[in-house]
Amino acid sequence: MSATTLPGLRQRTASAPVVRRRRLGPGKPIRFGAAIGPVLLLVIWSIGSATGWIDQRVLSAPWTVVTTAGDLIADGRLQSNLWTSAQRALIGLAFGIVLGVVLALISGLSRLGEAVLDGPIQIKRAIPSLALLPLLILWLGIGESMKIVTILLGVFVPIYIHTHNGLRTIDSRYVELAQTVGLSQWEFIRRVVLPGALPGFLLGLRFAVTGAWLSLVVVEQINSTSGIGYMMELARTYGQTDIIIVGLVVYGILGLLSDAVVRLIQRRALSWRRTLAS
Amino acid sequence: MATNVGLVTVQVRDLVRRYDDRAVLDGVDLDIEPGEFVALLGKSGSGKSTLLRALAGLDHDVEGSGELAVPENVSVVFQDSRLLPWARVHENVMLGLSGADERGRQSLEEVGLAGREKAWPNELSGGEQQRVALARSLVREPELLLADEPFGALDALTRLKMHVLLRKLCAAHQPAVLLVTHDVDEAIVLADRVIVLDAGRIVAEETITLPAPRSAADPGFAAVRSRLLDALGVSV
Repeated sequence: MSATTLPGLRQRTASAPVVRRRRLGPGKPIRFGAAIGPVLLLVIWSIGSATGWIDQRVLSAPWTVVTTAGDLIADGRLQSNLWTSAQRALIGLAFGIVLGVVLALISGLSRLGEAVLDGPIQIKRAIPSLALLPLLILWLGIGESMKIVTILLGVFVPIYIHTHNGLRTIDSRYVELAQTVGLSQWEFIRRVVLPGALPGFLLGLRFAVTGAWLSLVVVEQINSTSGIGYMMELARTYGQTDIIIVGLVVYGILGLLSDAVVRLIQRRALSWRRTLAS
Repeated sequence: MATNVGLVTVQVRDLVRRYDDRAVLDGVDLDIEPGEFVALLGKSGSGKSTLLRALAGLDHDVEGSGELAVPENVSVVFQDSRLLPWARVHENVMLGLSGADERGRQSLEEVGLAGREKAWPNELSGGEQQRVALARSLVREPELLLADEPFGALDALTRLKMHVLLRKLCAAHQPAVLLVTHDVDEAIVLADRVIVLDAGRIVAEETITLPAPRSAADPGFAAVRSRLLDALGVSV
């Protein structure tokens, strides 16, 4: 500013500082903010256990959980139960994905298919898969097939719903384009329908993976003789909270890992979209 | 459908198209010769897009009557580039064609996009996307090119460049062209013949004989333009 003060203009000096407007938004993100909550919980848990404020019979100390996990790994129990659980989840997931995609394609590409299939699936959607357990146990017994079918039933619904929705929301302009360039039915499915429905399918997959673990937890606590759920159920009868917590941590890690894998697939498969976002 | 239409590429006789008992096309007759560039002018709602969609075979559920003869090999350019966002530029150009990757590359080179084969449509500007759409149409060597306000969504400068490009491409490939537009100057600059459609009927027709490159500064240009604007019901 020039030294001379223009008449009518209020001069801003040190004695009259610029009034900063109050910030209304939440402000800048905190570094490693996501870790603060969990770390705080861990600290409270440790202090509570060390001071005896938390009863060991109610909740084992963090260090007990860590050493128990070490013991379970050392004698191989954790690995073998984990492997059984992962197998069940993956088989149920695989069958559920195939079933969901096939049904979505039939119902998405033909009006007759939609008329026949969509209603029953929407009804199935309204019934929680786990509510079907009594029937499934009567029909299939308490063996592996009951467990896998229960997981499959929890998986195929979100896959179907989101893939079907993805199919139905493909822009009709692309359908018109496919007609003008003379695509055959199969080329139309391969070039337009499947890639167009892929974002919906991948969203469904994220729900499906979560659903698979959820169903797994329940079926493994019913008359199982192996699996993480069985390990926890057995620990309950002996009051071993440390083993129960190891099981919970394993379930949590599995859930987080599988979600991360699906998100990675999503990023890779939808790279044409990322260019829009970046 | 390549019927005996003699020397004409497109033959339309007494074409009627109705939506809810309202005649959008009300007895249209139109011939387009091989290699001829026809521009179709009209206000919105005049039926010009309906006529183009009828020629493209895209009016499945529309009521109507009349005779329509178009060649087997027709390409359509839409107002939006209509590129599949999940397919790279090269795949978009070759959509529905088998093999011959070289043709797709050449076609992109023709529209000035050599080297962009691997780009995603989202990475291109609006003008570049529309050039890919042109490449996609012309790589099929169509006998008839239908263009529905192909430059309507572009800015004025890009549009001028696209006019030059389209003229060059049409000279090279020699398709018959029907260009739907609401831009009178665009019609005069590009076309051999301009047709004005109003309320579903052809109300005026001008054969443009101005020498190329056509310029709005030409007195002949101004005369044609004022006659066409008259036919469109715009007094200047």
